[in-house]
Amino acid sequence: MTSELDIFVGNTTLIDEDVYRLWLDGYSGLWGTVCGCRFGGAVVLDGRAGRARMSDAVALRVRSGILEQTGATAAVLQSDTMDHYRTFQMLERLLHAPPKLLHQLIFQIPPSRQALLIERYYAFDEAFVREVLGKKLSKGTKKDLDDISTKTGITLKSCRRQFDNFKRVFKVVEEMRGSLVDNIQQHFLLSDRLARDYAAIVFFANNRFETGKKKLQYLSFGDFAFCAELMIQNWTLGAVDPQADDMDMDLDKEFLQDLKELKVLVADKDLLDLHKSLVCTALRGKLGVFSEMEANFKNLSRGLVNVAAKLTHNKDVRDLFVDLVEKFVEPCRSDHWPLNDVRLFLNQYSASVHSLDGFRHQALWDRYMGTLRGCLLRLCHD
Amino acid sequence: MPGKLKVKIVAGRHLPVMDRASDLTDAFVEVKFGNTTFKTDVYLKSLNPQWNSEWFKFEVDDEDLQDEPLQITVLDHDTYSANDAIGKVYIDIDPLLYSEAATVISGWFPIYDTIHGIRGEINVVVKVDLFNDLNRFRQSSCGVKFFCTTSIPKCYRAVIIHGFVEELVVNEDPEYQWIDRIRTPRASNEARQRLISLMSGELQRKIGLKVLEMRGNAVVGYLQCFDLEGESGLVVRAIGTACTLDKLSSPAAFLPACNSPSKEMKESPLVHPPSHGCRSTHNSPIHTATGSRLTQNFSVSVPTLIYTGMGSGSAGKEGGPFKALLRQQTQSALEQREFPFFTLTAFPPGFLVHVGGVVSARSVKLLDRIHNPDEPETRDAWWAEIRQEIKSHAKALGCHAVVGYSESTSICEEVCILSASGTAAVLNPRFLQDGTVEGCLEQRLEENLPAGCGFCHIPYDELNMPFPAHLTYCYNCRKQKVPDVLFTTIDLPMDAAVIGKGCLIQARLCRLKKKAQAEANATAISNLLPFMEYEVHTQLMNKLKLKGMNALFGLRIQISVGENMLMGLASATGVYLAALPTPGGIQIAGKTPNDGSYEQHISHMQKKINDTIAKNKELYEINPPEISEEIIGSPIPEPRQRSRLLRSQSESSDEVTELDLSHGKKDAFVLEIDDTDAMEDVHSLLTDVPPPSGFYSCNTEIMPGINNWTSEIQMFTSVRVIRLSSLNLTNQALNKNFNDLCENLLKSLYFKLRSMIPCCLCHVNFTVSLPEDELIQVTVTAVAITFDKNQALQTTKTHAEKSLQRASTDNEELLQFPLELCSDALPSHPFPPAKAVTVEKASPVGEGNFRNRSSPPCANSTVGVVKMTPLSFIPGAKITKYLGIINMFFIRETTSLREEGGVSGFLHAFIAEVFAMVRAHVAALGGNAVVSYIMKQCVFMENPNKNQAQCLINVSGDAVVFVRESELEVVSTQQPAANCQPSCTGGEVTT
Repeated sequence: MTSELDIFVGNTTLIDEDVYRLWLDGYSGLWGTVCGCRFGGAVVLDGRAGRARMSDAVALRVRSGILEQTGATAAVLQSDTMDHYRTFQMLERLLHAPPKLLHQLIFQIPPSRQALLIERYYAFDEAFVREVLGKKLSKGTKKDLDDISTKTGITLKSCRRQFDNFKRVFKVVEEMRGSLVDNIQQHFLLSDRLARDYAAIVFFANNRFETGKKKLQYLSFGDFAFCAELMIQNWTLGAVDPQADDMDMDLDKEFLQDLKELKVLVADKDLLDLHKSLVCTALRGKLGVFSEMEANFKNLSRGLVNVAAKLTHNKDVRDLFVDLVEKFVEPCRSDHWPLNDVRLFLNQYSASVHSLDGFRHQALWDRYMGTLRGCLLRLCHD
Repeated sequence: MPGKLKVKIVAGRHLPVMDRASDLTDAFVEVKFGNTTFKTDVYLKSLNPQWNSEWFKFEVDDEDLQDEPLQITVLDHDTYSANDAIGKVYIDIDPLLYSEAATVISGWFPIYDTIHGIRGEINVVVKVDLFNDLNRFRQSSCGVKFFCTTSIPKCYRAVIIHGFVEELVVNEDPEYQWIDRIRTPRASNEARQRLISLMSGELQRKIGLKVLEMRGNAVVGYLQCFDLEGESGLVVRAIGTACTLDKLSSPAAFLPACNSPSKEMKESPLVHPPSHGCRSTHNSPIHTATGSRLTQNFSVSVPTLIYTGMGSGSAGKEGGPFKALLRQQTQSALEQREFPFFTLTAFPPGFLVHVGGVVSARSVKLLDRIHNPDEPETRDAWWAEIRQEIKSHAKALGCHAVVGYSESTSICEEVCILSASGTAAVLNPRFLQDGTVEGCLEQRLEENLPAGCGFCHIPYDELNMPFPAHLTYCYNCRKQKVPDVLFTTIDLPMDAAVIGKGCLIQARLCRLKKKAQAEANATAISNLLPFMEYEVHTQLMNKLKLKGMNALFGLRIQISVGENMLMGLASATGVYLAALPTPGGIQIAGKTPNDGSYEQHISHMQKKINDTIAKNKELYEINPPEISEEIIGSPIPEPRQRSRLLRSQSESSDEVTELDLSHGKKDAFVLEIDDTDAMEDVHSLLTDVPPPSGFYSCNTEIMPGINNWTSEIQMFTSVRVIRLSSLNLTNQALNKNFNDLCENLLKSLYFKLRSMIPCCLCHVNFTVSLPEDELIQVTVTAVAITFDKNQALQTTKTHAEKSLQRASTDNEELLQFPLELCSDALPSHPFPPAKAVTVEKASPVGEGNFRNRSSPPCANSTVGVVKMTPLSFIPGAKITKYLGIINMFFIRETTSLREEGGVSGFLHAFIAEVFAMVRAHVAALGGNAVVSYIMKQCVFMENPNKNQAQCLINVSGDAVVFVRESELEVVSTQQPAANCQPSCTGGEVTT
């Protein structure tokens, strides 16, 4: 006796959150497939010893103890899992354009469940996003997903879904006017938090910031997302002209050009000395690492201003985070600056420029340093 | 020119990409009705076209309006080649043809293609203007209301229940026409869908005409089925119960109908509410024009007919022995009917007097080509023959009528099994004729029916019993005889006294049969049928006893025929009726007494059985009060019954009072184990696992013992197909496979719905078919309803309170409205959720509890949600309007089965699409639920080698508007004091 066909269709579509998670995590619902998951393999063997063949997803459900709780059999679980998987596969097409999910007539799903489906579908793994953040969302990168899957332990299926989500959101909002976060929220119906994360991903992908270097490994996605948000708010075209195309995606080219003017702060020796003395006077007795700061001031200032001056070149834009870490974070770290001292220094460093009479680019400096200060503070951790 | 149909195409959305180059579509729409077609402009390059068309107007006969569906086709314009069809929408405009139902159809409809499924949606508005037509020879029957519900629909009142209506139409199946060889599968499917739509329209019209002839205005319990006879044709047949219904629009409905002419204005004037003396209406049709619609303004002159005018002027029939009179009246009322059948399964209070038992008839026929579709005489004759048999069976049981009547077929190649079944019953004549039974007689009648047990009393003569049965005095009233077990096809009557809860009981059976041709095949099947019937019956009886119960309701026995086997599947809801004796146990007897180990085995089995019975009694809370033998032997009436004693004695004077009670009471059912087969049977008895705790199941509308439903419902369909290994097929292996299939299916359902616990699966409807050799298909549709566990504990108490309330309600009602025809204090709802609410309100604790529980789900219900349920009610809600019948037929075919996820993926998607289309139609009618929903057919065929599959689905139900109880609370809190009074409780429920 073999089951040829086995389905269950409810007037209200049943959504099992646990099964949805397994599906999203890319565990196979079909039996007999080779499992590419971390612990699926062993369980499948366990399962096989006892009963019929089981899929990875079913094996994982068995492990959760559901059979004991409900008194069901593995066959029931298999049938249930397949039903859910089929439903999710049918829903996936709609999830690619979430507003469709809201207006479609085929599946009757309560609004709270729809929101859950969408939110979970677009959720991503920290480990995965760190691998692709700042990379071009192209076919080339997609080919690397195999390696990422092996490296992170996330199933290839799940990697593909996450990658395709990034790419899809990117494609949709790429050429749109208006706020990046708002556009994402409107077209993908994501929560505010998730929409902000996607804005960061899209922004990084568009500007191709390097995040994969070894010295950047200590940074989390949250750190980058924080910086992205500050940069979108202050350094993009949208920051000056809310009607510009791609306003939140591209950095304001003019602004980047103008940043060259800041070079005078380090090129003019008098200005540099004056700046240093202003900062040192203000901070004397307030910093634990005053002497180190005093000794390093010129190096640090040169580093920060040179980063600004180089941003006209695309390559240097990409290396922004590498440069910041090299030129500022690492020196601070080697001298064991406490975070509070970093904050005091950066505040004073940016504020003192206003007292430099010979410097004419105050507004430009504020636009640059305001954002950079925030970023650097976030980047200064172990 | 009696009608004008107006259609406007507004917009489309989510259309598929038809032009690969641009990833867009140039869509336009063809609107077709009859032979007239209109087209919209082409909306270039959009997947969300905004046509905003003019109103397309079709001027048509109302006969066509009833028969034809409105056909909307969405196409992609192509300059160089033929336009590509995107998909179609068929809209049945019947609901627009009668007053009280929908006035406009407007909304988003899924665009359906038989090859690709749903492809986007289209927004359509449809209206109908009907003109007055005085043509007395017209062929249309606009205005007759149709209900799938097998009880008197809520918000209506039955003035007269006229009786059985049936009709069938036949045609050639387009799939088997010669042209099918040269047309595409899509064209063939569409031809079939269209034909069936047309045929069901015609059928409905013809049934409507019959109803008008009977002077009814509605068909209740309307059941339409298709027989796909293959080469020999396509039969569409329908049965139903003609009624004259009266709308309960306001509390004024409690006034006698004839005294309120305003009420008749509301009724469509072509109907003659023949209550009391109001015959004058049909001479002067009332023309009213309420609102903008003209629908109400047609009338018809009813020709004099065979079915009219029975038993008028019966005022003098008061005297004489009551029972005889009753019989005489019923007889006279019923005997004028060719078939005194009723498709209803739940009845207005007082309608059902006695129940005799299940009557069924089957016949095996060889199909031959239908030569002349206009005269489907053969099929008519076949059914007439079967119905005649049913009628005579009922007569043998001393009954004049058959209730809970249904018909079905099973076809395999050229053999067809026709089946009919129902419950023989004695009915109260007052609903059957033109208001002849006057008040005082009615009152006596009410008194004569002991609450909760009357229907159990045997209608047949006990000296001359049609079958051997053990009779005892009724355990409830102790005056009349009752059988030891009772099988019926109806729902549990509202007022039946039941102990404990009920449960789903199934008998499953397979029998191998040699492959044969034509007559030989038919003979083989005919020979097997009686054995199958017998075994199914035995299995049911054993399982019933194992559950410690004594009655079956909603019994449905399905026998399906395949190439090399027959399958029998019987489902029913077992209950313990307080009026019937406690069932004896099951005793096992071995044949070889000398074998020690065998003996041991037998005693082990016996112990297991006894344990199971004890466990079941506990599980279903069956603990009948212990009654000593003495009391039963001498029926000493309790004080409150004393007044009735005299009458009941005189009544039963012609009956023999002596009966060997010891014989009836304690004997156990003996199962003899004489061979391995019998052993298997006993084993299989014990393999049925009870549902996990928190779950109950039944196949009736009401689950006895649960009356505190919360509002969460989940209707579902589950389909399973298994392939039997062709080797070593034995009856036993088959039985085991089939049993496992059903049990596993139930287990899966319990697992899937575990989040709803505590809940009850109601109206569990299993259908089995044998699509091919070695394939068994089981389809289940049911609804899971949650209930409140805390309140369940008070069940017995509230039940008692309720019946007390009911008693007083009855009395008051009768005093207050002696002229009221249908003393409708008791709602005709089989299970009014409203009742639970109002009962709860009596106790403040219960009230708070209920509100807390019910409010969250209500808050969730957003606009656009359409509930579907096979029941006739929606828990926690009140149905305020019936919008018309939903009767839809779909075909889906694929030539890329693997790509669509195999057979499971294909059927899963299709059923989801069918649900979506039903919901869309209901929403477009302005409704928010389908009640009495049923999937009548799900024919699935596959050819995996060719990567193909095809499926046909036929569903029906009643589109309704419901309002949540909590939303009605505003109204009810305005009269909190009144609520406490029983009389108002009843009143409120019925309004």
